[in-house]
Amino acid sequence: MAKIWVDDKWYEVGADQSLLEACLELGFDLPYFCWHPALGSVGACRQCAVKQYRDEKDTRGRLVMSCMTPASEGARISIKDADAASFRAGVVEGLMQNHPHDCPVCDEGGECHLQDMTVMTGHNYRQTTYPKRTFRNQNLGPLINHEMNRCIQCYRCVRYYREYAGGRDLDAFASRNQVFFGRHQEGTLQNEFAGNLVEICPTGVFTDKTLKKHYTRKWDLQMAPSVCVHCGLGCNTTAAERYGSLRRILNRYNGHVNGYFLCDRGRFGYEFVRGEQRIKQTLARQDGKLKPLPKAKAIEQLGRVLPGNQKVIGIGSPRASLEANFALRTLVGPERFFSGMSDQGSHLVSLMEEILRQGPARTPSLSEIEISDAVLVLGEDVTNVAPRIALALRQSVRQQPMEFTDKLKIPRWLDHAVREAIQDVKGPLFIAAPSATRLDDAATATYRAAPDDLARLGFAIAHALDPQAPDVPDLAAGARSLAEQIAAALKSAKRPLVISGPSSSSAAVIEAAANVARGLAKAGQAVGLAFTMPEANSLGANLMGGGDLSAAFKAVEEGRADTVIILENDLYLKAPAAAVDRFLDAARHVIAIDYLSTPTVAKSELALPAGAFAESDGTLVSSEGRAQRFFQAYIPKDDIQQSWRWLIEMMRAAGRSEAESWSTLDDVIAALAQGISALAKITEAAPSAKFRKLGEKIARAPNRYSGRTSMLANINVSEPKPPDDPDSALAFSMEGYQEHPPPSLTPFFWAPGWNSIQSLNKFQSEIKGPLRGGDPGVRLIEPPETANGSFFSSVPKPFAARPEEWLLVPLYHIFGSEELSRQAPAVAELAPKPYLAVNSEDAAHLQVQAGDQIEVNLAGTAHRLPVAIHPDLPKGIAGFPAGVVSLEGTGLLAWSKLSRL
Amino acid sequence: MLSPEERHEIEAEIAHYPDKRAVCIDAMKVVQKHRGWVSDEALGDVAEFLGMSVDELDSVATFYNLIFRKPVGRHVIMVCDSVSCWLMGYDRVRDHLTSRLGIQLGETTPDGRFTLLPIVCLGTCDHAPAMMVDNELHRDLDAEKIDSILEQYK
Amino acid sequence: MEKVLTKDLQPGGMPLDLKGYEKAGGYQGLRKALKMTPKEVVEVIKNSGLRGRGGAGFPTGMKWSFVPTGKDAPHPKYLCANADEMEPGTFKDRLLMESTPHQLIEGMIVAAYAIEADVAYIFLRGEYIVAAERLRKALAEAYENNCLGKNILGSGYNLDMHLHLSGGRYMCGEETGLLNALEGKRANPRTKPPFPQTSGLFGKPTIVQNVETLCNIHHIVNNGPDWFKGLSKSDDGGTKIYGASGKVKRPGLWELPMGTTIREILEEHAGGMKEGLKFRGLLPGGASTDFLVEEHLDVKMDFNEVQKAGSRMGTGTMVVLDDRTCPVGMVHNLEHFFAQESCGWCTPCWSGLSWAEKMLKGLEEGQGQESDLDRLAFVCRFAAPGNTFCALAPGAVEPLQSALKYFREDFERHVREKRCPWR
Ligand SMILES: Cc1cc2nc3c(=O)[nH]c(=O)nc-3n(C[C@H](O)[C@H](O)[C@H](O)COP(=O)(O)O)c2cc1C
Ligand code: SF4
Ligand code: FES
Repeated sequence: MAKIWVDDKWYEVGADQSLLEACLELGFDLPYFCWHPALGSVGACRQCAVKQYRDEKDTRGRLVMSCMTPASEGARISIKDADAASFRAGVVEGLMQNHPHDCPVCDEGGECHLQDMTVMTGHNYRQTTYPKRTFRNQNLGPLINHEMNRCIQCYRCVRYYREYAGGRDLDAFASRNQVFFGRHQEGTLQNEFAGNLVEICPTGVFTDKTLKKHYTRKWDLQMAPSVCVHCGLGCNTTAAERYGSLRRILNRYNGHVNGYFLCDRGRFGYEFVRGEQRIKQTLARQDGKLKPLPKAKAIEQLGRVLPGNQKVIGIGSPRASLEANFALRTLVGPERFFSGMSDQGSHLVSLMEEILRQGPARTPSLSEIEISDAVLVLGEDVTNVAPRIALALRQSVRQQPMEFTDKLKIPRWLDHAVREAIQDVKGPLFIAAPSATRLDDAATATYRAAPDDLARLGFAIAHALDPQAPDVPDLAAGARSLAEQIAAALKSAKRPLVISGPSSSSAAVIEAAANVARGLAKAGQAVGLAFTMPEANSLGANLMGGGDLSAAFKAVEEGRADTVIILENDLYLKAPAAAVDRFLDAARHVIAIDYLSTPTVAKSELALPAGAFAESDGTLVSSEGRAQRFFQAYIPKDDIQQSWRWLIEMMRAAGRSEAESWSTLDDVIAALAQGISALAKITEAAPSAKFRKLGEKIARAPNRYSGRTSMLANINVSEPKPPDDPDSALAFSMEGYQEHPPPSLTPFFWAPGWNSIQSLNKFQSEIKGPLRGGDPGVRLIEPPETANGSFFSSVPKPFAARPEEWLLVPLYHIFGSEELSRQAPAVAELAPKPYLAVNSEDAAHLQVQAGDQIEVNLAGTAHRLPVAIHPDLPKGIAGFPAGVVSLEGTGLLAWSKLSRL
Repeated sequence: MLSPEERHEIEAEIAHYPDKRAVCIDAMKVVQKHRGWVSDEALGDVAEFLGMSVDELDSVATFYNLIFRKPVGRHVIMVCDSVSCWLMGYDRVRDHLTSRLGIQLGETTPDGRFTLLPIVCLGTCDHAPAMMVDNELHRDLDAEKIDSILEQYK
Repeated sequence: MEKVLTKDLQPGGMPLDLKGYEKAGGYQGLRKALKMTPKEVVEVIKNSGLRGRGGAGFPTGMKWSFVPTGKDAPHPKYLCANADEMEPGTFKDRLLMESTPHQLIEGMIVAAYAIEADVAYIFLRGEYIVAAERLRKALAEAYENNCLGKNILGSGYNLDMHLHLSGGRYMCGEETGLLNALEGKRANPRTKPPFPQTSGLFGKPTIVQNVETLCNIHHIVNNGPDWFKGLSKSDDGGTKIYGASGKVKRPGLWELPMGTTIREILEEHAGGMKEGLKFRGLLPGGASTDFLVEEHLDVKMDFNEVQKAGSRMGTGTMVVLDDRTCPVGMVHNLEHFFAQESCGWCTPCWSGLSWAEKMLKGLEEGQGQESDLDRLAFVCRFAAPGNTFCALAPGAVEPLQSALKYFREDFERHVREKRCPWR
């Protein structure tokens, strides 16, 4: 702590801060541009100037940049000082010299930091009459719009993109007042985190291109706290709606989870909600086709099928909320409920859950991953599977080098000084995966091998850490010495971390990762163990229990069931098509609840349109084991309703007594918390619908909302009262509490004078730290204090390439591999075309070249794919783009002959 | 593709630095020495050779004024426009050059013989006004002298 | 009057080769230094009171003393000669490098030895082709004769020295911009602290020193601090290479005792104004210094005295304004230079200077307004020291702010007459 004086009053502030951070934390309105809490200080814009005085006697003082000056004990500054204020106004005046003043047509208008700072500094009139410099804009691909004339040269974009996110195709060109921020040539930005530029850029240079197609100003949006559904990490988002359609996704700060940043899949995948693939009407099979049926008729139909039916089973979903899954489980009964995961997925997720529950190590949050100082990634391409981890790891490799700059007494927030002192030195990061990953450039060493060999490397590392862990006696010398190098790096770290997951479809890989963590834990190290999860609620679905898909199939096959309710799940992605066909054909009644018309829906007799994430309330459990609540941004149109509401209606139709007491989300949550002890704590994920602040509900729309009395004036001037929301403490209105709702109920960030996302400063208890009132979510899984389990011992045999067969390994793609986001047009545009990848040697052996057609034969089905050459793939392995090519329905890794066409 | 000669010269520079990216300016100058300017293609070759992205290299290239990212004539005239030369008659020198060559600053003669560029103080202020043609310095300029200098460059 | 830096100047300006240089007493300072401990060399330089000749006048020995030494010091350490010389009106380092390349190299080896550097770079302006050729040749000779490389002159000290040609930007002369340029980056300046002495080139301890400063080093080691102080007419020791350009009779460079008056330089050495012209003012040390006028002619050219007169000695090479040249035009030319050379990092510089340039152009073209003068004054305050990231912009507004003071009437006439009265 340090005591500082601001305008003659003293305050206690945290140590190791800049004056700017300290002042913002104290609640002062001090303008800035180039500083960003996650990027630190570089002193470029000079907007944050304050007067600093040597001591009490110093009356003249001197201007300093508050972002570049430590808030050291006894520091005396003035924000109000006239020189400082006029200098700050001058900075805005300078910045505005070349600005086009085009706020009315700018997408940033209304949530623009430049607008806010202009008002804050009091610069009102443009005094220059000379011509402005102009630039040509670039097409940066389907995600980001570029309008360079609005640039104020704060350098945030390139600092974020290059220095923070590791991107290399956006840069600053030329010099003086002509610096151009863009690409060397037009083209799609290659970095997977480019979307954050939208929030990083303090003005309208980089904006959301997907929003442009259905643009709405921030003040006209109705917003709700949401959670990303496009991978297992559970990044917090804000879903925003107008006129009944979802308009955009913004990052929602959570100090423990995503912090300031999302990945592009998470930000731009939302358009599936608006897509052609949506089911909006209740559909029933008539004359072999699905046709709209009035909702009441559908309920009637359910009333004929369900009551007294002893042969109903329910297939839940790892992408549906806990509440929806639980409602289904309640409807059919726990023993007739299946988790909806593939056999393999279910097996691996259970294994991971057990490891997390039993120890040896605690699973870290994303913010803890960020400060790990030695990392092993075993069997995962995190950038493409759980992307936000990759961004965190790019920060983690700076941890060890920063210990050196600490010694030079360079404050960590003095960003460029730290980077110049560190240069390109990186801390230990080891990546072992079947193929090259997008994080390899940051890695100390990489290892490419078949899944079994990845596991063997892991086992060997564990053995090098602890001789009690099983050895891998026949390990090749190269792998052995790498294992020793990795063990040594992890051992000497303060906060080592092991990351693994199910992407290699190998239990051995997961067990090996657990062994490494155990080896470190036994040596007394504070080791973290993080697993990726296949879907947004995989861990939640697993905690809910229920058998795997084969068990469900068997129930129908054996005649124990004939009616199947499938919740938000496309079974064709989870099991071989032939098996799913057999199953669905054998069932007498197939009822699907989903928002997209999947192949599974197409096979159903009744399809009930469900609300997508932005249209639903519920709870998801992230790969960290964090239960997080998401809320409806708006009430969907047509027949669409939340899955759990459909299920309550089905319970009613089936004559189930629970239906009597279930009418709101809180009712379902209460029953769930009581029914499943592992999930009991989810009640703490967010306040209940009864919560009121100053007697009011929380407004989903900001104060400047166009006003509800005129919203639908084109239709009718007397507008209906906004809909009630029985399920949450949020109101579908601008009327209600606006200021500082509890973090898990914060629909948007806004503060007086701070219309942009920069208003976040006002919501954090520490800059960059937790939100005031604590970060949203509740952790469900903590390992026991002392983990005294034992090492896994089944070390697989070395992978042996087969003479004429190849092991088919899924390769993941941030754009394309995930089921929902790939329906979003912008994401689909960036998804890879189908391919089958082999290495050059195998290609030569097969006598094929890139682009040639090749045939894969799997479970009796032939797939034709063009060949791609991935020089880094191990021999004997063929890779295919997961999700883009649907070979994964096979579950386990499969061997196949490949034949040239 | 970088020529063996270019590679060789760039490698000689690399030997002087702990990090090969440090020579990117030298490398572009090597290319420029051989080809007159740094084309997009050359930029790509150099970037690849040094393990940089084209964007990174172009960011550096466009910062410096002695790296030419557009084609230039056989001879590059750099006429000093800084203060001492200005005091001693830069305007006249510039006007004489532009009218003789029929081009403005920043342009190349249609026959590809000369490119005319402004340059900052050439450090020969006691003999202002001055200009450089290729690697040669010409000082104490007047109209007559300029004419005879231009004659020397074909 | 003793000449030190220019004593070996040959008629025609061709440099001495290594043999000739040694015959004239060269590499004696180095031999002497190698027999001392590095610390002792630093002490000698400290005691001499030598101040940097690149413009800022920072005491050289003191700068060196911040470099970490001893067993735990990070290595490699670096020495960089700042031979970028792009300050308009400045042409002294060029003379030294073209005519006495070995003098620079010797000075650098001694300086490098003092801070225990492992590698030295000469950061040379790209346009200095002749200097580059001569330095390259001299470096080869120095290597051949074991003045560079491993075990220099049997002392056990190793040093490599390389020549780097700049891509061209004024900012490369700013010492941290220079480091970025040497690393192959955009020459934006770096945050200070940390100073290059502790975290510089490639993150390692580094000293950046002007060419003229370095040329003095071995002479001081050879002859002692007292000799050095005795050379000068003022508190700052040594000689100084002064120069003059503009419409004077004999523009040129002269090595004179530090503290020679402006009048002596201007009238005796430069021969006074050309026939028919009157003196109006001068920039004492390059483009980024405040104008001095008639009343300042008896000021001694050294760091402190010129500062007292309201300007800076800068590089000591003065640019003279006569009474037939438009001061507004001159300042416009200067601000055009500075606005163009701004690296584009901090707002007061990239935005303020281009604004000033546009206003000055407007004044010259007869579009100026009364209020422009206040706005020009605002830009000067805007880009004052401390308000910008580096010293470029504060230097840039020095001639502007002083012109507004001394030549205000000329500015006002431009506004009143809606044209440049000199055209
Ligand atoms: C914009 C700018 C340009 C500079 N250019 C030069 C230069 O060309 N040569 C030089 O020696 N110093 C130059 N300097 C001064 C250097 O930053 C630095 O102070 C100097 O090299 C230190 O050497 P010295 O102590 O020997 O003078 C420049 C400073 C600024 C702000
Ligand atoms: S004053 Fe600012 S913009 Fe100008 S050169 Fe220095 S850092 Fe760059
Ligand atoms: S925020 Fe401090 S200089 Fe930009």
